[in-house]
This record gives sequence, C-alpha cells and structure tokens, in this order.
Amino acid sequence: MGNLFKISVRNLFRYKRRTFLTTSLIAFGVIFVLGYTSISGSFKNMMIGQVTDSMIGHLQVHRKGYVASIENLPLNMNLNPQAARKVESLLKLQPEVEDYSPRIKFGGMFSTFVETTNIRLNGVYPEKEFKTIPLLSSRITDGRKTLHRGEILIPELLARGMKAKIGDMIVIVATNQDGSVNGKQFEIAGILESATGPGGRDGYIHIEDAMEVLRMEEMEISEVAIRIKDFGQVETFTRKLDGLLSGEVNRQGARSLEVHSWQQLSPFYNIARMIDMMTIFIQLMLIAVVLISIMNVMIMAVYERIREIGTIAAIGTLPMKILSMFLMEGLCLGVIGTVIGNVIGMVIIFILNVSGWVTFDFGRQKGLVLSPTVDPVNMLVVSAIVIFVSVFASLQPALKASRMDPIQALRHV
Amino acid sequence: MKLIQVKNVSKEYRTGEITVKALRGVSFEIERASFVSFVGPSGSGKTTILNLIGCLDKPTEGELKVSGTDVAGLSRKESAAFRGKHIGFIFQDFNLMPVLTVYENIEYPLLMVQSLPSTERKDRVEKLLEEVGMADQKNKYPDQISGGQKQRVAVARALVTNPELVLADEPTANLDSETAYAVINLMKKMKDGFGTTFVFSTHDQKIVGEAEIVYFLADGKLVDEKVKGGKNGQPV
Ligand SMILES: Nc1ncnc2c1ncn2[C@@H]1O[C@H](COP(=O)(O)OP(=O)(O)O)[C@@H](O)[C@H]1O
Ligand SMILES: [Mg+2]
Repeated sequence: MGNLFKISVRNLFRYKRRTFLTTSLIAFGVIFVLGYTSISGSFKNMMIGQVTDSMIGHLQVHRKGYVASIENLPLNMNLNPQAARKVESLLKLQPEVEDYSPRIKFGGMFSTFVETTNIRLNGVYPEKEFKTIPLLSSRITDGRKTLHRGEILIPELLARGMKAKIGDMIVIVATNQDGSVNGKQFEIAGILESATGPGGRDGYIHIEDAMEVLRMEEMEISEVAIRIKDFGQVETFTRKLDGLLSGEVNRQGARSLEVHSWQQLSPFYNIARMIDMMTIFIQLMLIAVVLISIMNVMIMAVYERIREIGTIAAIGTLPMKILSMFLMEGLCLGVIGTVIGNVIGMVIIFILNVSGWVTFDFGRQKGLVLSPTVDPVNMLVVSAIVIFVSVFASLQPALKASRMDPIQALRHV
Repeated sequence: MKLIQVKNVSKEYRTGEITVKALRGVSFEIERASFVSFVGPSGSGKTTILNLIGCLDKPTEGELKVSGTDVAGLSRKESAAFRGKHIGFIFQDFNLMPVLTVYENIEYPLLMVQSLPSTERKDRVEKLLEEVGMADQKNKYPDQISGGQKQRVAVARALVTNPELVLADEPTANLDSETAYAVINLMKKMKDGFGTTFVFSTHDQKIVGEAEIVYFLADGKLVDEKVKGGKNGQPV
C-alpha cells in the first residue's frame, strides 16, 4: 500500500504541469461548491430566521381546520379553554421548548376618529410573545420589548395610510362570535415594520384587551406559536408534539388539534427548498468536472506508460496490483485537489465573514450582513464525493491498464 | 527433469487474412543452470520463442513445459503469478521504471510481485547491488546512469526474486560491443553464482561465442545447435 502510494505520487510529480492543472481544477471546483453552499446556506438560514423569528415561530398549534381558513381569522375555530390549557400544560413539560405564545387572532375596524380601515390583530401576552418571536422587538420603531394593556402596536403601512402617530388614541371595533359589536380605545405604543410572510402586517394588543373587545368570558385562543431550543429539531419535535396531541378528539372522534411546522405555514419553505436544489445541482456540476478531468488525465497517464505497464506485467505484477496502482493515482489527485480546495475555500469564507462584504435585502429588511459558515458535514460530504468520483473516474483507464497484454504493451512505441 | 521442455511447438499470428508462421514445429530441451542463446536473423522467431518460454504467449500447437508446469494451460492471472515466481526478464530497452531509483527498481519485484519482509528484502537488494557493481549508484534514477549501467540494474532486478530462469530478448542490442560483452559476462557470472538458467537471444555473432549452447533459428525453424567445447554444427 505504502509502495503503491510512493509510485503514484512519483508518477504525479513526473508530469508536474498536468498534475498541477488537474488538481487546481478540482480545487477550484471544491472552492466554488464550498463557497456557494456556505453563502446560499447562510442566506437560507438567515431567511428562515427572518421568517420564523419575526412572526411565525418555529411551529404552531391550532384547532383542526384553522390554518385552512386562516385568511378569515375565524373566531369560531379558536381552541376551547380546556384544549388550550391542555396544550399549554403539555408544552410546559417538553424540554425542547424554549417558549410559546398563545394568540387570539381577529379582524376588526381601526378608527382614528377621522378615518376607519380594517386591521388584523394578535392579542398576546407580551413577555411570551417577545420571547417566542425574538425579532419582533427589532420590528418596532423604538425597539421596545413591552406592550401594556390599553396599548397597540400597528403596522407601518396602516400608520402611514391613516396618518397615525405614536401616542395617538384610536378605537378598535370588532364583532365577536355571537355577532355582537364592541369597541375599545387604545393608545398607539409603536409602529411595526412589515415582516415578509403571512401575518407580517398584523397589529398587536394585549391578550386581555383582545378578550375584552371580543367579550370572551374564558380565553379562546386561535393559535399557540412555539419556539424550540434547537431549530434543527423542528421536524422531529413537530412530529413528537403531533403525536402527543393526537389523543385530543372532538365528539365525532376526529382529531381536534393540529400541529404545523414553519415549513407548512410559510411560502418561504419552497424558496429554501429551491436553494437546496440549486446546491445539489452545483454539486452535480462539480462531480462532472472532477469526473471528466480525472478520467482525461488518467487516460493520458495509461497511454503514455503502456511500455511501463507491459514491463511490470511481464515481470509478474498481478492485474489487481496494476489496477490499484492507477486507482491510487486517481485517488491522490482527488485528495490533493480536495485538501487544497477545502483550505482555500475556508480561508475565503473566513475573509467574507470578517469583511462583511456580502449583504442583501430580504423583503423590507435592508442590508442584512450575511455571515457564511462552513457546515463541516457538508464539507465532509463534498470531499467524500470528490474523492470517490476521482477513484471512479480512474477505474476505466486503470482497468484498461490491468488488462493489457504484456507483449502488445512491450512492443508499443 | 529438464527446466524447459519444448516439443513440436508452432506459433501462428493471424492478422486479418494473413497468417504468419512465426515458429514451425520447434523442439528442444534446456537443462538447469545452463547458458543458452538463440541466434538468427531478424524475423526468424527468436522473440516468439522467448515469449512462449516466458509464459507471455501461448503456442498454437505443441507441448511446452517450464519447470515441470504445462504453461500453455495457465490462465492470465496464473501466468502472471508463474512469471513472478519462476522467471526473471531482461529487456532490450532496459525498461526500468523511471520514477524509481536504482535501488527501488531492483526492490520492485520483491514488493509488488513477491511480498518479502523488509529486512530480507534489503539484504537481497544490497547483495545484488554489490554483485552487479551498482552499489555506489543505488540512489540514482535511471535517466542519470548509462545504458550499460541500466542493463546491470535490469540483471539485478531479474535475479532478485531468485528465479530458476532468466530470459533476455536481445539484451545487448542497444549497447556498444564492449559494454555488451560486459553485460553478457555479468549474466554468466550470475549464472555461475546463483545457478540460474539464462536464455538470451541475439543476432550479434560476436556475443554468441559467450553462450554454452547456441540454437540457430531461421524462418521459424531450428536449423543448427552448437555446444561450446563440443561437437559443432550438429543438426537438430
Ligand atoms: N504479434 C504479431 N503479429 C503478427 N506477426 C508477428 C507478431 N509477432 C511476430 N510476428 C511475426 O513473426 C515472425 C517472427 O517474429 P519474431 O519472433 O519477432 O522474430 P525475431 O525476434 O527473430 O526478429 C516475424 O515474421 C514477425 O513479423
Ligand atoms: Mg525479436
């Protein structure tokens, strides 16, 4: 083995320029893939972060059917008080849960005494909401983390349209489930920047104010937004919670609760998937580059060394050994290219990180600085693929070498 | 038992419509520890016969035994293993591996063909380096030494596995006559020292005198046999 390695490396050094070109090509491909995946990956993560942390949360629990008709914010599809208590007590027991926030969602009229328009509102416990949706406070004009009773946070488009300012008194009028209309006065405590995605243009009031407006005797919440500690576990935890809540059934015996992860709640999941698809596509291109360049160089190597192959075959080197010799050469090319590519790629990503050159806008959020990170698993996978493909690409030329007839090979000029 | 037994061996090469009869019913036997040469003009079948004895090719007809083994019946892989174990080769163009040093070239068959423990390997290589007078050049690469030196290295490489038989197809064709003599004499010395049988081909009449037994080939047939110090010109 060590000897095969020695011979392979010496042969690679024998054709310095060709080896240099091939390894550079592979290294370049690896750098490109590494750079692309880390930039697109961190873009994706940042986008998902924006989506989950400024409105949706990581996952949500609703009464069955609520999500399907969420556009109407149907009050008659809220959770009944026992179901809500059941969900909350369950969530308190889950070690994965960072925090959760029950919300009463409803639509109503927003009146400045001069003008009136529609508004969609979330009634929330402010402490819970700010913990579950950590980017919410950054959306508020003055970055506040509080919302007292009698205060309202209104979306900026509404504020602009209605010429409403912080400190203004306004009235919210809403019709409750039984059809009775009620109103309540609020003071504008903050203007909310829009978030991209569903619910990104909703206003906020205290949950108890919402109960008052809707004349609820007992709290009937529309949804529970949940934030878990390890975002990577979203899908696992969604399934777990879904299983835990599967026992909740209505009188007909059908399930009364449903759990949705952010992927099912936000259209951005499709964009995230598209980014993943493109990453796979780029990796396929890398495979093609490695395959073609290694195959090319190994075909040349075999062709140039026909007489040498004839010699070693004549003196009794077994076909397997000759095969391994050329496979080893392809392996070495692949490994050298991969190592160089990984090192340079990481340096480039490090520089990008330190410099903060890569910025982008997401929805109305401007100048977000991307901090590309290298996912070690991804790096290992890419390296393993490149090295495997290098060996695979050498297989055909190596087989050819191992099957050569020594007499023919020795006569070759 | 004779080392090589060849009985009525013929070899035809077929290329498309044309069939070339390279050997036409050749028979001979070669004893162990002998120094044998095949002589004849170009195209007479010298290379063909050496390839057959060397298990690199199969006869079209006839019987061929090397060291008691019917080599015509061996598979590709078995032939390779047989060559690695029993036969050493010396080539006209030396055919050293350019990426390996003199030492490593001699060591190669012990590493890649026969697997030998490293101390024994070192002993054998060092000993042969001394024997062929290349010990002081052992770290040079083939392109740093002369043709005669390359062929000395090739002789050492052929002998390092302790084969019973060494085959050399025109080993001196690319050497000047002085060097050619030196190489043939080296081979002879090795034959005496190790008891290895050497079979070489040449069309150089001057070199032929060094062989103990000379077979003359013409048109694929043995036309004469000469035993040194004995009855010359005895037809076969
Ligand atoms: N592979 C081959 N295909 C066709 N003809 C061959 C082949 N090898 C040798 N010959 C022919 O066989 C004859 C003997 O060749 P060879 O054994 O090489 O002679 P020598 O070594 O004495 O010059 C020649 O006529 C040569 O052209
Ligand atoms: Mg010849």
